[in-house]
Amino acid sequence: MFSDDSQDFSGFVKSAAKHLNTSYPKLYKMDNLSKLAFLAADVILSEQKAQSDTALLFSNRASSLDTDRKHQASISDTNNYYPSPSVFVYTLPNICLGEISIKHQLHSENCFFVFDKFNPEHLHSNTEYLLHHKKAETVLCGWVDFDDKNYEAFLYLVSENGNIAHTVDEISKQYRSKL
Amino acid sequence: MPSTEKNNANRGVAITGMGIISAIGNTLEDNRLSLLSSQSGIGDVTQIKTKQASQIKVGEVKLTNDELIDQLNLLKDNNFTRTALLGLVAAKEAVKNSGISMDDSVETGFISATSVGGMDKTEIHLKEFPSKKETQKYISSHHAGDSTQKIADALGINGFVTTISTACSSAANAIMLGARMITSGQLDRVIVGGSDALSKFTINGFKTLMILSDEVCAPFDADRKGLNLGEAAAYLVLESDEMTKNKNVLAYLTGYGNANDAFHQTASSETGEGAFLAMQKALQVADLKSSDINYVNAHGTATPNNDLSESVALTRIFGEPMSDFSSTKSFTGHTLAAAGAIEAVFAVMSLQEQIVWPNLNFKSKIEETGLKPTTTLKNKHIQNVLSNSFGFGGNCSTLIFSKR
Amino acid sequence: MSELKQELKEKIIDILNLEDLSPSDIEDNDALFGDGLGLDSIDALELIVMLDKDFGIQLTDPKKGKEIFKSISVLADYIAEHRKK
Repeated sequence: MFSDDSQDFSGFVKSAAKHLNTSYPKLYKMDNLSKLAFLAADVILSEQKAQSDTALLFSNRASSLDTDRKHQASISDTNNYYPSPSVFVYTLPNICLGEISIKHQLHSENCFFVFDKFNPEHLHSNTEYLLHHKKAETVLCGWVDFDDKNYEAFLYLVSENGNIAHTVDEISKQYRSKL
Repeated sequence: MPSTEKNNANRGVAITGMGIISAIGNTLEDNRLSLLSSQSGIGDVTQIKTKQASQIKVGEVKLTNDELIDQLNLLKDNNFTRTALLGLVAAKEAVKNSGISMDDSVETGFISATSVGGMDKTEIHLKEFPSKKETQKYISSHHAGDSTQKIADALGINGFVTTISTACSSAANAIMLGARMITSGQLDRVIVGGSDALSKFTINGFKTLMILSDEVCAPFDADRKGLNLGEAAAYLVLESDEMTKNKNVLAYLTGYGNANDAFHQTASSETGEGAFLAMQKALQVADLKSSDINYVNAHGTATPNNDLSESVALTRIFGEPMSDFSSTKSFTGHTLAAAGAIEAVFAVMSLQEQIVWPNLNFKSKIEETGLKPTTTLKNKHIQNVLSNSFGFGGNCSTLIFSKR
Repeated sequence: MSELKQELKEKIIDILNLEDLSPSDIEDNDALFGDGLGLDSIDALELIVMLDKDFGIQLTDPKKGKEIFKSISVLADYIAEHRKK
């Protein structure tokens, strides 16, 4: 639905946000991981009109490393020592879940897993559990990773009714086809 | 929409072992004794060189990394971070305490929580990595999954392994996930908990948010100034009912719930919505009414924001009379990702001892809500304990522990 | 003073990542918090860091920030009186 040739992420975010009509000034205060997660989620949730019991199950490999480095840099020079609260706030991978919840007013379950690589089996079984036990009517899940210049976001929405079967094979297939 | 998740009476989640290391003790028994003697472990920072030293109080584990390495009999050239060292000490104690053996053919999972990961080592050696080869071993131990994998390998874990990182609710979420894997039949046994070491990274970060206190913290006090950071690790061994036929069960994990506050990245809403929903869900899973809860181990970080928000949520759940409640962060400090696990251990100890742990340093009630925590050791009949852990990102979790 | 106010407007836009805003969009007496620019508690903390870093003013009570950051004018007055850099 959108592609951009800009090499740098901030350029990409601006054009993507413009194209997607994401009118959300707070987007620019977020760190890279949250910007990426937020935009990817916004595409799906705005289209589907998110219900407040949409659970969020995200995962990645780098945790909040990209932002951790920035915070670390701000406290490493004893002569120029000004850590930034707005950077520190994002040194946790699950803050992006908070950002998405705030925008769409989701009060549902949310969890963030750190894996060595994309783990469709784990996401699948957790999602099935939540839906089966009616802990959520829909579950937004996937993989959002940001590490220096490499980033990827793969999110999908699962509910009782849909066009694509919710199986581990299908999830893996969709993930690989987007790479 | 009513959830159908209930802690299945036919497949209950039993706690058969625990392990803990914190500012108030290096073992289960040391922690228990400190609680029983109202002995806090908060003081000046001694093991980290930080600019902030004179302006903060912390809950440090009273062992150096070398002492931990010795205790664990690790090789000299290991690349264990302090997070991993603390974690392994606690995990080994939990396994020993439960009497399980990894050599039996039961599939055992391991779910661990952390927010600091290997940052305690990285921040010391980062600038040396290019020039000092001997420090490069800490590059690979930085990853949040490293301490998890190291502990899993050391214990001989043969099943599912993962790391959860959701700020201060991480360990509670690890415990909750473990419980669900048991009730859904995916695992018969799982070790769950978390570990976080103190680091300059977190000390400076929290300082810039201006929520640290320069004195020992006073949860739920009208004049509370902020939190004291702490470090700790704790793990529980969870087993399905069938596995516990001839075993000593310490307590049961009967309720759990998680919800998002959807208000702000780090502050909690005025109505405590996330906290309220998490507690409500946990009570539902446990099939209990709020009046069935005999003790609440609150999140109670002693920040102006949390304690007010949590008080509002507690009032919404319990009404009057309010349950006996206290925050044990006045003993250990706020141990971040490990908090949910160490407080789970304290909740089980409360059931074992039939005692409500005191909320230290409290002087006067918060005006807006007028709640008074239990301030001295209180003997009473305790059947159900509710424990709260709320993290940045609005991630709110509640666990309920019961005797059966 | 007007130079300082202009400088502050530029700094605030930069430090607080206020995309799509230019200094001319911020009136001297506009409320910065609440309904005005809609800044929040983390923004207030960032401004406290800015006071220290750029002007040598150390604020230890975050609640004081509420009064000082009322508007560009109020902030400029405060800085002019207390700055050490």
